[in-house]
Amino acid sequence: MKSLAELQAIRDKAKANINLRKENPNAARVYVGMATCGIAAGARPVLNAFIEEIAKRGLQEDITVTQTGCIGICQYEPVVEVEIPGEEKVTYVKMTPERVARVVNDHLVNRNVVTEFTIGAYT
Amino acid sequence: MRELSLNVMDVAQNSVRAEADLVKITVIESDRNDLLSITIEDNGCGMTEEQVAQVIDPFFTTRTTRKVGLGVPLFKMSAEQTGGSFSIDSKVGEGTKTTASYIKSHVDMTPLGDINSTIAILIRCNPDIDFVFVHTTDKGSFTLDTRELREVLGDVSLDTPDVIEWINEYLKEQSQIIYGGADI
Repeated sequence: MKSLAELQAIRDKAKANINLRKENPNAARVYVGMATCGIAAGARPVLNAFIEEIAKRGLQEDITVTQTGCIGICQYEPVVEVEIPGEEKVTYVKMTPERVARVVNDHLVNRNVVTEFTIGAYT
Repeated sequence: MRELSLNVMDVAQNSVRAEADLVKITVIESDRNDLLSITIEDNGCGMTEEQVAQVIDPFFTTRTTRKVGLGVPLFKMSAEQTGGSFSIDSKVGEGTKTTASYIKSHVDMTPLGDINSTIAILIRCNPDIDFVFVHTTDKGSFTLDTRELREVLGDVSLDTPDVIEWINEYLKEQSQIIYGGADI
């Protein structure tokens, strides 16, 4: 049973690591479009897949996942934007949970854009 | 929307944009009364009567990226297509309360879906907002109040991975209890 005491232990552990938790200015950012259009097209499992994949690889300090609104290309949802400091922003479209591992591995870790999932490949 | 939990995630976004710092989400399911009701209540900026009438109109939105706003209309439709009801109570400067009621056994009833995932994502993506989630069935009820978690956590943020994990586990355990031990 999850108890508040357990939460207290989490706090103590997190406090010990507080320096590590400091906002990393060089962190890459992943924005998942979560307006009505994105949600209806299946953005939630995509967001969850990013969180899981990043946790699995222990990259929480290097990659931040956030949700964003609608950027006006509803027909291409779920849309995910990847921003790596110093590099041009990349827009991935029609994302699925299955595609997430490729984006994390190829783009976020190895810095190779997965061209076939980008909006350029669809227009 | 394939699940009502997705409508909840969508409509709760409006509370976030209304600059609420407390959002209360209540889900009541009752097989006995053949009823499901969802309430989303916030202390955000609120709306005028005229604005409330407008948000129900799919061709009204405050955003500028596109010309339609389907969040509220889809939520309303999901309730009304089951013979249920939908209402918005709002006061400028005080907040907004959105209620959708469903006849559970209706053929056009959308399943509630993974409501826990919705709550966890809302907390994770808005760690500075407090959420109160109350889920009730015929078998029982539980509450997740991030204000209580914050009290224990002090200045450790709610979006710390271990905290999110705790929240996920807590929601899962509590749901199993109020669904009567079924594995979900």
